[in-house]
Amino acid sequence: MLLPTSTVGKKIMMAITGQVLAIFIFFHIAGNSTIFFHALNGYVVALYKLPLFVWGGRLVLFLAFVFHIWYGTVLKLENHAAKPEPYAKTRYLQATFAGRNQIWTGVIVAVFLIYHLLQFTFQVTNPAVAADTHPDALGRPDIFMMVAQSFRQIGISGVYVVSLAALGLHLLHGIQSSFQTWGMNNERTLPVIEKTGNVVSVLLFFWYCAIPVAIVLGLLKG
Amino acid sequence: MNLTLYVWRQKNSKDKGRLVRYEAKNVSTDMSFLEMLDVVNEGLIVKGEDPIAFDSDCREGICGMCGQVVNGVPHGPRKKTTLCQLHMRHFKDNDTLYIEPFRAKAFPVIKDLIVDRGAFDKIIQSGGYVSVHTGGVPDGNTLLIPKHDADTAMDAAECIGCGACVAACPNGSAMLFTAAKVSHLAALPQGRVEAARRVCAMTEEMLAQGFGNCSNHYECEAVCPKGIKVKFIAKLNREFIKAQMPGNESCTGRG
Amino acid sequence: MILDGKIPSGPLHEKWDKRLSEMKLVNPANKRKHRIIVIGTGLAGASAAASLGELGYTVDVFCFQDSPRRAHSISAQGGINAAKNYPNDGDSIERLFYDTIKGGDFRSREANVYRLAQLSANIIDQCVAQGVPFARDYAGYLTTRSFGGAQVSRTFYARGQTGQQLLLGAYGALSRQIRAGTVTLHPRTEMLDLVVIDGHAKGITVRDLVTGRIGSHAADAVCLCSGGYTNVFFLTTNSIMSGVTATYRAYKKGAYFANPCFTQIHPTCIPVTGEHQAKLTLMSESLRNDGRVWVPKIKGDKRPANDIPESERDYYLERKYPAFGNLAARDVTSRATKEVCDEGRGVGPGGRGVYLDLGGAIGRLGENTIRERYGNLFEMYERITDENAYKQPMRIYPAPHYAMGGLWVDYDLQSNLPGLFVLGEANFSDHGANRLGASALMQGLADGYFIIPYTIANYLANIEPGAVAPDAPEFQKSCEEVEAFTKGLFAVKGKKTAHEFHRELGKLMWNNVGMSRSEASLKEALKRIPEIRDEFWKNVTIPGSGRELNQELEKAGRVADFLEFAELLTRDALQRDESCGAHFRVEHQTADGEAMRDDKNFSYVSAWEYKGVDKEPELHKEPLVFEHAHLAVRSYK
Repeated sequence: MLLPTSTVGKKIMMAITGQVLAIFIFFHIAGNSTIFFHALNGYVVALYKLPLFVWGGRLVLFLAFVFHIWYGTVLKLENHAAKPEPYAKTRYLQATFAGRNQIWTGVIVAVFLIYHLLQFTFQVTNPAVAADTHPDALGRPDIFMMVAQSFRQIGISGVYVVSLAALGLHLLHGIQSSFQTWGMNNERTLPVIEKTGNVVSVLLFFWYCAIPVAIVLGLLKG
Repeated sequence: MNLTLYVWRQKNSKDKGRLVRYEAKNVSTDMSFLEMLDVVNEGLIVKGEDPIAFDSDCREGICGMCGQVVNGVPHGPRKKTTLCQLHMRHFKDNDTLYIEPFRAKAFPVIKDLIVDRGAFDKIIQSGGYVSVHTGGVPDGNTLLIPKHDADTAMDAAECIGCGACVAACPNGSAMLFTAAKVSHLAALPQGRVEAARRVCAMTEEMLAQGFGNCSNHYECEAVCPKGIKVKFIAKLNREFIKAQMPGNESCTGRG
Repeated sequence: MILDGKIPSGPLHEKWDKRLSEMKLVNPANKRKHRIIVIGTGLAGASAAASLGELGYTVDVFCFQDSPRRAHSISAQGGINAAKNYPNDGDSIERLFYDTIKGGDFRSREANVYRLAQLSANIIDQCVAQGVPFARDYAGYLTTRSFGGAQVSRTFYARGQTGQQLLLGAYGALSRQIRAGTVTLHPRTEMLDLVVIDGHAKGITVRDLVTGRIGSHAADAVCLCSGGYTNVFFLTTNSIMSGVTATYRAYKKGAYFANPCFTQIHPTCIPVTGEHQAKLTLMSESLRNDGRVWVPKIKGDKRPANDIPESERDYYLERKYPAFGNLAARDVTSRATKEVCDEGRGVGPGGRGVYLDLGGAIGRLGENTIRERYGNLFEMYERITDENAYKQPMRIYPAPHYAMGGLWVDYDLQSNLPGLFVLGEANFSDHGANRLGASALMQGLADGYFIIPYTIANYLANIEPGAVAPDAPEFQKSCEEVEAFTKGLFAVKGKKTAHEFHRELGKLMWNNVGMSRSEASLKEALKRIPEIRDEFWKNVTIPGSGRELNQELEKAGRVADFLEFAELLTRDALQRDESCGAHFRVEHQTADGEAMRDDKNFSYVSAWEYKGVDKEPELHKEPLVFEHAHLAVRSYK
């Protein structure tokens, strides 16, 4: 079994974990979009009524993250070692900015993720708006208030938009790349997958940005 | 036309190496890139200087011996063209050209623009063939091969092993080279028999030789003088996944 | 001396079987004790080394490129002949044999040619088994095309890269043996001397091209598969590094050089553009299947090709050779082309070119069909000339291409020096005075896969393995000689580069000893060559030292050998006072300019023995006996 050690195996680990995370990214924004219908607090309560799903999901995501970062780092180090000397003059014909900077957008996303978890999951960055200690009128944790109060600070929204841009770039290369790694490409499907991957990445970026932007612009009020 | 060249000069594998400036005067547009270097070299020799060492043999784009990086692109700016078939009419008067050797850990520089591509031979030796002895084979028409499969095999088999893919790859990966051989043989019934063993052995050898991993940048395809497609890398990946399936002989590394 | 080709007796079609049954075998347990050296990794070398390794011999294989896969066989475009008769068009071993011997203008050895035809079918099977992706039809069967003047369709091909695919097949087999440890690969290593001990070839002296180290390798037998010497003409279709060095230095050690004057000029190459040019590029002969060759009827017509009306075009091949037309044999076509250009009707810069026009075929079959058939050739043409051959006719001109001559070998491919075997283009045996298209690949692989594994055993079975130690004084002496030669080159410290001397020699050879030769032109060449050689040894300059990678030193060594070999080639051309195949002596032609053979006086192989640089070599003859083939006058009318 060469899966965890071989060159293709490592790439497949990247692809599986990346795809799991991408699927999460989609459901995460889909669920959070309840904010536009003033149903965020209710959605969260409903979600937590499925502890197995929540904790199972968290476990899967955690493992996916760990492996994605582990293999990403290993691959990057190997790749770096395989190309020790740069050219005096560099010109890329096909390699994209996103693809070449996958590791760096990944690092940005990882750092952002820690902040994001501290902010909204552990709620330690600003206890004054922590949802768990501030129930809404129906006695539910007031997630909406927490989110809205946070994003109203332009600095925080700015950090989100920049980080989401990094995530978008990461997906831009990651989605199509994962299909290639799975061997699902041929001459006909390659351009289709590339285009679809690009469209999905850009859509996700705008979709995610819609929440902080709407709050900053005052379009979404309590 | 006249050109300014910055050429990588390195006496031997231990020397540090540096870019040296040369002027190429009265270059004819009908010259190939290598003929332009020939003329520069003739000038250097007469002056008693060491000529620029570079590999070339057939000079018709098939042996795969030549290869330099010109202004950041292996084999220069023209698509699907080896350096020996790149003609100077594709450059402009007073252009400045940076000429460097193929760079990758697995391709150490021997002298100037000459690199050691022996690692490619090692990859092939690890399994890039059908294990058939001379003699005792059936008639060529015994196994029928769909035209499409034969054509696909040929598309992949056109690889000349020049190493431009490795030189262009930001990761110094030999995936396109390896994939071309894996795909060529996997497309044919004669090669199918050993497909699982082959893909495992060749990818392992690739890593052992110090090449990087594929990050799907497709820079290799863009510079390949024979237009080998990255779909073959996907094919290699498929073959690798298939090889992991239960029922296949175990894929335990270097065969 | 009369040479004996050791041809088995009996009917032609039983000779090889008879030989096989007579030959001795080497005990399997003893095979690994026998060390065999193989020089070159082209079709002959790679297939020989792989096959011998498979049998269990200890093989050392040498190539001067960085990888065995670079050998010049890789450049062969068109295809490989085999008497499979798949298309049911009347082909047979007998017919392939006869076409080949007739193509060679009855100057090859009958038994060898017949064996080649017999083995041709096995080659295709072997290559298919290796995974060579030959062209196939929609039913999945192998397809063939007719090629280079053959009237049956017997040429198997892999797009326009047949040589590449066959070589990669052999390279794969070789790689497998390298992995298995039976074969040791020595890349970037050039053979510079043959070591002969008590009359037997027992090793070689080589230079490591990276470190410059000169050293010897001892063995029980040496197989020379070092290709042809056509680069003596400088501007040729051969690769830059191709030289005569390996065979010539074996010649200097006593191996006979046979028929050196038989060199083939290929009719369809891209014309020369200027002094800077390093080599010429071949356009596959298959283009002549659909193309028509013409020049303007009027001298010095400067109009673009498309502006010249049909009535003012001279389709000279169709006019002169109505039966074969544009498919006339290579030498015939080349000479006819030279003739029209000599008349001042050539086209393109310098007037050394004729049109190869596929316009009619494009009109008839459509551009797409032509693109499918020749797309890669049209691309190549465009890359080199910047002209679009779909819109205007290609310009072509003949260029030196292949050497039929080579070291003399007997039926077992063994030279007059026991233990020295010569395979592929490096030997003289199968193509006579002219080689048919798609036959070179066939010969290289037949020699390597199917002949040498048997015949070498017959020699090895009679000798003691490892009888000569690598520290024998002969090896020491050989290394010293090679060192002295290198020192001599550096000591000149002149003003001209080796390249300049090569170009000068090439021009002389092309003009005087090229497509057509006369007593006067040959005598002039014999006078000029030693002059150029003397100047070389007085005025060549080589920078750097011998203890490093030094491409100028390599080049100078090869040019030095060409400067001696050219004389041998010319002398042979002068001695052969007849026209046959590619050897055209203007004194011997029919009223309408065809080659006139002299079977009464020249039906023999000329094998030359070295006597010293400035001494005349001694001629030995091997009479050619035709028991089977009827000596006909070759006619493409």
